[in-house]
Amino acid sequence: MGRYSHATPGFLPGHPIRNNGFIPDFLDKRLLFVTGKGGVGKTTVAMALGIRAAMEGKRTIVCEVSATENASRLFSQAEVGFREVELANDLWAISIDPEESMREYVLLQLKVKAMRDMLFRSRMFTYLAAATPGLNELVTIGKIWELAQLDRKVKHGRKYDLVIVDAPATGHGISFLQTPRTFASIARVGPIHSQALQLEALITDHDQTGTVIVSLPEEMPVNETSRLESELTSDIGIAVDRVIMNALYPDSFTKSEVKTIGKLKKSDDPEVRAAGRAALSQAKRAAAQREQLERLRGMVEAEVSTLPYVFKPELDLKAARFLAEEIG
Amino acid sequence: MASVASLVEDRDIVICAGSGGVGKTTTSAAIALGMAARGLKVCVLTIDPAKRLADSLGLEELGNEASKVDPKLLEAQGIDTSEGGELWAMMLDAKETFDALVARHAEDEEARDRVLNNRIYQQISGALAGSQEYMAMEKLFELHSDGRFDLLVLDTPPSRNALDFLDAPARLTQFIEGKSLQIFIKPTGLAARVASRGTGVVLSVLKRIVGFDLLADLSEFFTAFSGMIDGFQDRAHRVGSLLSDERTSFLIVCGPQGEPIDEAVFFHSKLVESQMVFAGAVVNRVRYRLGTRQPKVGDLARRIEKELDDAELAARLARNLAEYDVLAVRDQKNIEKLTEALNGEPVIRVPYLDTDVHDIAGLCEINKYLFADEETRVERATT
Repeated sequence: MGRYSHATPGFLPGHPIRNNGFIPDFLDKRLLFVTGKGGVGKTTVAMALGIRAAMEGKRTIVCEVSATENASRLFSQAEVGFREVELANDLWAISIDPEESMREYVLLQLKVKAMRDMLFRSRMFTYLAAATPGLNELVTIGKIWELAQLDRKVKHGRKYDLVIVDAPATGHGISFLQTPRTFASIARVGPIHSQALQLEALITDHDQTGTVIVSLPEEMPVNETSRLESELTSDIGIAVDRVIMNALYPDSFTKSEVKTIGKLKKSDDPEVRAAGRAALSQAKRAAAQREQLERLRGMVEAEVSTLPYVFKPELDLKAARFLAEEIG
Repeated sequence: MASVASLVEDRDIVICAGSGGVGKTTTSAAIALGMAARGLKVCVLTIDPAKRLADSLGLEELGNEASKVDPKLLEAQGIDTSEGGELWAMMLDAKETFDALVARHAEDEEARDRVLNNRIYQQISGALAGSQEYMAMEKLFELHSDGRFDLLVLDTPPSRNALDFLDAPARLTQFIEGKSLQIFIKPTGLAARVASRGTGVVLSVLKRIVGFDLLADLSEFFTAFSGMIDGFQDRAHRVGSLLSDERTSFLIVCGPQGEPIDEAVFFHSKLVESQMVFAGAVVNRVRYRLGTRQPKVGDLARRIEKELDDAELAARLARNLAEYDVLAVRDQKNIEKLTEALNGEPVIRVPYLDTDVHDIAGLCEINKYLFADEETRVERATT
């Protein structure tokens, strides 16, 4: 297979991880969808989960599902395209492009490159492919399925223990995961029908496949997480293994400290006043976040774990590596 | 720098665009509320309402039609409605709008039912790529034609890429109009060939991949749509021209992190390229710098200790300010980059408030920034 950068030496931490080697059991699955509302940090968490699984010695691939030209920063920094790229020992990444997936799929069906190319040159096929709703999503899930096979369909395909998908945001995410069922029902018989059923079977297999919902300690994301969990469980039939409350502020100041800090408002030193103001905002936010965390715990069935807020300008691979160790 | 009022007051339509999770819904609702407080009849169209926000606006049983927010709820927050200001809101139902559109363009009831009852249509009309976005525009067009409101504020559907919104008419019409359908429905097209169980190389290859049944269903679906092409095309054209009309303006809503800022810059360039009216940008959750220089943690801790007499707490306070400042500096740099890319068009910064916004009182809090001049904003956010 084409280009891949070599694993960065020292990318994975050399020291043992903190929480006594406790491994979240959902990392034992073969396929994990990371989902949640837009802007909650899905991509970072998906990458962190990938790094963690690789640290545990699992050969892992993290997939970005990019229906647009607008790939996430994390993936473009790592120069990931529609090729399996090695980021570190046991850690791979791919950005799944629907058009490329379609070419690959058709070739697997027809077996002959010339025939595939003839089809792609025909206007009838081009228009059919462009006009058929949901086809991009279907071939994307088809590629995810292919990556998750121990008996890979593409030539010289690598075997992965775990495939992690940075899934589309809520709303789009639900219809994305629903695509196989939709196609299975639209095409009552024939090759698309049976392949859609195969995809559907993998998605709803609780032993093999699961989801992690990423949330934020705020009103709207918490509400949406609870709704998403019930939609995933009852409408899609996929297992929800974990809810991760991302970007939780540290509880830096106690109530009595907050009272003391209040005195700084009267300071003559503007920087001391600024420190007081920043601390009070922080304390207020942190308290509100803990209320949301409790609300979330009361609203969802799945176990809830937390990830700390990263006080860094950008959430890059380094931040993902830091978070990888915090996953418990 | 300008208040948001000066950016939207001469327009009929304000479209709030941006990627997911940047506070678009809240910003849209706040702008609508603020303009209603200035005596306008305003309607906000949203597709993704926060439950509590919807509740606080009294919108729980809202369907696909606009309903009026009880003036008493506004008066309770000190908003004067005696000058005729009204706040209306609606939640968009893409499927219902799509159905209504099919009904409008169908030649007769039979043609309408043929589409509405088609299995493929039923499966996809809600999920079709771009359909939510297009249907939002469609509803906007309908409300604008009514002339019932002084101002319409559209909260665009959540999508990863704000550009999806601008592309929606093109993608939808690519699906329903012109060439793609012609391929199916002309006398020698795919539908006819499938129906007559034609042979041909491409067709037989297609059958092998897709299966005959699905191919037949698809061509039936496209054929059912065929009578409506002209109507859809004409409508999509008029909806498209409303977007580029000078009565319509776009407001980009984004967050201060690198990725949303980059996307805002890109979206702005696309708006300019497509000759749309750009009103300005609103950056939400900005950490204003609380000083002009990076705090020196050790030195600051000593100064705090003098006032609090607690060395350990003082150290934590100093560190906390330093952590805050790292993010504030990032925000400042990103916003400078945005301002530069927008060639001096207004950028309004709404600070990261201490509490979540999910009611009318919270919207009023946001409006203290949205509807203020820059000097007042900075003053309020930093002292």
